[in-house]
Amino acid sequence: MSDTSKDSEQPAKPSRLRDPAFRALIFQILATAAVVAFFIYIVRNTLHNMELRGISTGFDFLDRASGFAILQSLVPYSEASSYGRTFIVGLLNTILVSALGIFFATLIGFLVGVLRLSKNWLVNKLAMIYIELFRNIPLLLQILFWYFAIAFNLPSPRQSLSMGDAFFLNNRGMYLPAPQFGEGFWMTGLAIVAAIVGAILLVRWSRQRFEATGQTFPTLYVSLGLLIGLPLIVFLASGAPLHWELPELKGFNFKGGLTVIPELFALTLALSIYTAAFIAETVRSGIQAVSHGQTEAASALGLSHARTLRLVVIPQAMRVIIPPLTSQYLNLTKNSSLAVAIGYPDLVAVFSGTTLNQTGQAVEIIAITMAVYLSLSLGISLFMNWYNAKMALRER
Amino acid sequence: MTIKKITVMTATAVAGMMFMGSAQAGATFDAVKKKGFVQCGVTTGLPGFSAPDEKGNWTGIDVDTCRAVAAAMFGDATKVNFKPLNAKERFTALQSGEIDILSRNTTWTYTRDTSLGLNFAGVNYYDGQGFMVSKKLGVKSALELSGAAICIQAGTTTELNLADYFRANKMEYTAITYDTSEETIKGFEAGRCDVLTSDQSQLYGLRTKLPDPASAVVLPEVISKEPLGPVVRQGDDEWFNLVKWSLFAQLNAEELGVTSKNVDQMLKSADPSIKRLVGGEAGFGKFLGLDDKWAYYIVKQVGNYGEMFERNVGQGSPLQISRGLNALWNKGGIQYAPPVR
Repeated sequence: MSDTSKDSEQPAKPSRLRDPAFRALIFQILATAAVVAFFIYIVRNTLHNMELRGISTGFDFLDRASGFAILQSLVPYSEASSYGRTFIVGLLNTILVSALGIFFATLIGFLVGVLRLSKNWLVNKLAMIYIELFRNIPLLLQILFWYFAIAFNLPSPRQSLSMGDAFFLNNRGMYLPAPQFGEGFWMTGLAIVAAIVGAILLVRWSRQRFEATGQTFPTLYVSLGLLIGLPLIVFLASGAPLHWELPELKGFNFKGGLTVIPELFALTLALSIYTAAFIAETVRSGIQAVSHGQTEAASALGLSHARTLRLVVIPQAMRVIIPPLTSQYLNLTKNSSLAVAIGYPDLVAVFSGTTLNQTGQAVEIIAITMAVYLSLSLGISLFMNWYNAKMALRER
Repeated sequence: MTIKKITVMTATAVAGMMFMGSAQAGATFDAVKKKGFVQCGVTTGLPGFSAPDEKGNWTGIDVDTCRAVAAAMFGDATKVNFKPLNAKERFTALQSGEIDILSRNTTWTYTRDTSLGLNFAGVNYYDGQGFMVSKKLGVKSALELSGAAICIQAGTTTELNLADYFRANKMEYTAITYDTSEETIKGFEAGRCDVLTSDQSQLYGLRTKLPDPASAVVLPEVISKEPLGPVVRQGDDEWFNLVKWSLFAQLNAEELGVTSKNVDQMLKSADPSIKRLVGGEAGFGKFLGLDDKWAYYIVKQVGNYGEMFERNVGQGSPLQISRGLNALWNKGGIQYAPPVR
């Protein structure tokens, strides 16, 4: 304990070691130095050990030809592509399934969460059963269940289920017509962008008018009309430059068109259903956290039920919902690495699976993979923090 | 299960590499002697090579290769601990010292031998990659497979050979890559793919797992060379020699007609080559740091190469694979071991 009263009596300056701020600084420097030294030691020891064992190191392997095939790729990829390319393919597949999963999980989660509060006994209990069932079964089992439920029970390509000779479903996946954009389609694209910008401006204008005059404007219908109508008119006026390439049965399987592989389908399904159960509980608790007095006050002011929900309940519930929702999104992204169980070519299966094994560069590849998941998670966190700050209570 | 395991294993292996002290030549030999058993990396279950039987005992050629090493070292073939690994974990497990021998139908290739810090100690099975298709497809040759969906195990040379073969023949295919061989056969059974590709020996083994094994056929084409054998860490020559010569002892025993049944009489044989093999010549064991009767223990407890082959994959097994390339060099095959002298 420093005795400050005694120190102040003496003219001599107190020792700097007695200064709490200075001491805190010293300890922080020491702690940082210890962490840095620890990592330097680990890296050096690793490199030394690997050299001693004759294991080659470095990132040169990323330029070598991979020589293996990947089931699904969002960018052009062939066996002649490099190992670096396999990283991109795996990463994009991970992002694809995570994005799809987050989208559908949010959709189902909000729906079930609201239904869970329904006054209808049946609806309420059904939502409860959904939540308790899916959040209590391990995700890996659910993935395997959906995958083998699909693969074992759909017909083979030659007996595909079809709809109008354009959509086919079999145990190799779902086959859809692929859009082929003709000349002049850019005009329609431009119209879509213009419609979106127009809709945003419209919303701003109507809000300003509302604040100034109190008059409301049917923003929803007008902007919907704008978003659908404008591109449609331009599309037809430019001579409908869009064709559909239909999938066709050739040899072993369908060729042409778009293919949704069953691995992607099963994984997205399992991830969305599983995470939606957690999101539903988050949503329910968020809505219940808004005190009943708020609803009563709103109806006392004469707001309609829909308006009460949109203007009073949801904005307040969101403040409770967003932080745990962020965790669910992060979980879903990381859980997508279970893809390897059913052969969906995500980052873990392709890059830290096949590529690791073909090159043997375990340390480098695991490090890269860890860095990727870290960046993805931090990216999602940043976005959700921004959204949270936007939704936070603004005190006036 | 396997998924979590891979991640955990690879992570621990990487972490192991980080904190491990320096390796020394001869370290494995001494360490194994001290702990009293051989830690052997095998498959998660591949009939004929390494799979647990109904009683939970590991059996198969790769298992026996490890048993032979234990027999030579301790005079007791049961002193082996088996560690099931999938294809992706195997090299890291060996590099990090988690296992002493990797005997997991692993193909000897240039890259693996030179860049992974490992040494291949020999070839216990000459294999080649083949294709299995459903009989009702009516396919007679691999050249008719253009456009097919093909089930395959991740992290194997098979993946690369397949790509090379289809590119060389200007054919297209879709690869469905699973984590383990059990999953590939499940995918094949479910109709997710038209073709299952793997080393031919494995195809026969996996076919026995189908509800109706007769519904699938193995096509005649062999598209690659797959010399399979035990692997050890590089720079540990004493241990490398022991593993190498345990396998050679089994081959020499077969060539000299020494079997597990007659090895006791052979102890009294007048033939000098047999005497040197079974320990009738004093001082031969100490070059390996072992008892003179090291090879006697191998043949007595595990059998010679031919016995091991027939018991696990040949006529004495459900696989019914013929010797083919794996016959001895003087019987039309290419199995050949340097002499014990």
